[in-house]
Amino acid sequence: MHIAEGFLPPAHAVAWGVASAPFVVHGVRSLTREVREHPESTLLLGASGAFTFVLSALKLPSVTGSCSHPTGTGLGAILFRPPIMAVLGTITLLFQALLLAHGGLTTLGANVFSMAIVGPWAGYAVYALLRRSNAPLMVAVFSGAFVADLSTYCVTSVQLALAFPDPGSGFLGALAKFGSIFAVTQIPLAVSEGLLTVLVMRLLVQSSKGELTRLGVLLTRKQSRTETEAVAR
Amino acid sequence: MSRNTKINLVLLFAVAALAVLPLALGLGDHKKEPFTGADAEAETAITELKPDYEPWFSPLYEPPSGEIESALFSLQAALGAGVLAYYFGLRRGRRQGEQRALDREGERRAPERRAGSAPAGAAGKPAAERD
Repeated sequence: MHIAEGFLPPAHAVAWGVASAPFVVHGVRSLTREVREHPESTLLLGASGAFTFVLSALKLPSVTGSCSHPTGTGLGAILFRPPIMAVLGTITLLFQALLLAHGGLTTLGANVFSMAIVGPWAGYAVYALLRRSNAPLMVAVFSGAFVADLSTYCVTSVQLALAFPDPGSGFLGALAKFGSIFAVTQIPLAVSEGLLTVLVMRLLVQSSKGELTRLGVLLTRKQSRTETEAVAR
Repeated sequence: MSRNTKINLVLLFAVAALAVLPLALGLGDHKKEPFTGADAEAETAITELKPDYEPWFSPLYEPPSGEIESALFSLQAALGAGVLAYYFGLRRGRRQGEQRALDREGERRAPERRAGSAPAGAAGKPAAERD
């Protein structure tokens, strides 16, 4: 999903940067608040960032005969909400842009938008919906991580199709082309990411019950009802 | 092996199988260069759609060879894996430490309780302690 350095026309690069900036600024604020109010969560925040680091470095072969990598953003979005994941994802993308020549500074805005904003939000939305309809925790976690991963690559396809419409068939033609490169390749990888996120969540349930309860991932039935009511109000 | 560990191993095995199957089934054989990165394929697609497109900015730093690049990628993965391992190791250690402290506390308390339940001499005292 990394659009390479210089591979988006300047106007597109600026537009995606402008679109991403408020999310990242808001995320930095949520992150500082979280660390100030709950210093004990710093460690788990680090672990969520680390999960993204590992997964976005893992290039895996896929059914289309090409390689791609998961994003690892679903876990942090489920644990700490999407705004904080916007920051952690941006840090990962910056590391790759500066040291690995993977992605780039001019395309950072677009890459942040797909991997650190849309992915976490889409994944979190699916997770929250499933949880609210009383789906088992691990089903919701798997679906959230799967959607976070796949939606990121769909956004990248849209971004490239907008910048490089097909001369004959226009935006849709280009979308089909980029979609077949990114989205189809990504389906099995999104399954892998879902399974790995479930694995980490299982380890967290075993090791960090208190923390998960505070973050609202583990709820008693009564609590979950009052929380839903509070949101409805 | 506990049931939990078994499920975790099955999850890991499934991920490994998903990664190995495309290779084992030769799903990249129809390509000139099998299993290239999707990001690079997208770059090729861009030059197909717009042959005159020139990237207008180049990376500030580019790893000089594929080896250096893969070294940096492994560094990224190692950093992440290290932090994750630290987290779970610390949690496990803390839990064991807490358990041990609880056990020790229990041992310290046990003789007292036995003494307290003895009726002779200390009437009323256990009740006060309970408060």
